[in-house]
Amino acid sequence: MTPPAEGTSAAAADPPGQPAPAAPRFPPGARVRVRDDWPERRGPCHIRTPHYLRGRVGAVERALGRFPNPEDLAFARPAPERTLYHVLFPQPPLFAEGRPGDDVLVEIFEHWLEPADTATTEQAA
Amino acid sequence: MSAPARPDSVAALERLLAALKGRGIVTDEELAARQASTDAASPETGARMVARAWLDPEYRALLLGDGKAAAEAMGVSMAGAPPLGVLEDTPARHHLVVCTLCSCYPRAVLGYPPHWYKSFAYRARAVREPRAVLAEWGTALPDSVDVRVVDSTADYRWMVLPLRPAGTDGWSEDRLAAIVTRDALVGAALPQAPQGAARGAAGA
Repeated sequence: MTPPAEGTSAAAADPPGQPAPAAPRFPPGARVRVRDDWPERRGPCHIRTPHYLRGRVGAVERALGRFPNPEDLAFARPAPERTLYHVLFPQPPLFAEGRPGDDVLVEIFEHWLEPADTATTEQAA
Repeated sequence: MSAPARPDSVAALERLLAALKGRGIVTDEELAARQASTDAASPETGARMVARAWLDPEYRALLLGDGKAAAEAMGVSMAGAPPLGVLEDTPARHHLVVCTLCSCYPRAVLGYPPHWYKSFAYRARAVREPRAVLAEWGTALPDSVDVRVVDSTADYRWMVLPLRPAGTDGWSEDRLAAIVTRDALVGAALPQAPQGAARGAAGA
């Protein structure tokens, strides 16, 4: 297994030289969409965002803190810290089955999230 | 499940350890201490934390607010361990922990995960049909209880603080800890008071 050279990560999401902001971008309750992105189709990568959530909309429960980006750590690259969130997804829409009221709570890094509802995000900001 | 270590991988490990020790990155003492704490980790630790939280509101608040500090208060070394989050069951909500990506598990307080926790079947089904999985294991949740599946995907490790079952009034911490099973600590079962005591939630 040969790790890709720095800067060739299939998972690299940000333009180079642009540091991630330190303060959480999304407040509790913010509606967010998980990026519908499939870096595993572009090359070697290590990502902690499950397939079943790509493109799905959830609500931020809370920020859990900042942690070194596992997508870099896995390849022994310098790993900038990213904000990690607990994000809540209603269960039935994920698999088109299940009981209303049941949900799934998942740790997702900020660079995998985008605002799902502009009005809500601006109101909350 | 795991195959015996091959001679070449044992040799590679020995070379890695020699290199790490040669550069002063780890010492034999640190390796021995880590080995000892790994060997000592067992679900009895998590069970004692739950029993104490059922009896002691102050400890309960610590457990829910800072799981790592709550584990250290029980004498567990959490140095280098990931943050520990604790999920509080209520009469209206049951938590079930899974790691769909691999097998993340709060080993510092629960020890090694059971084989089913690492199985493809559990990892695929728990997140999609948690009620069916629980029912097959003998836990039929009433409609009044919502299920929250917690997919442990990143830097935290999660354990469940289950409801104290009815019929346990006046029990000691030791007696309570004895009914908190390994599976109950990740929500795959519910603590049961033995001998036909009323099943269900009494709250603490």
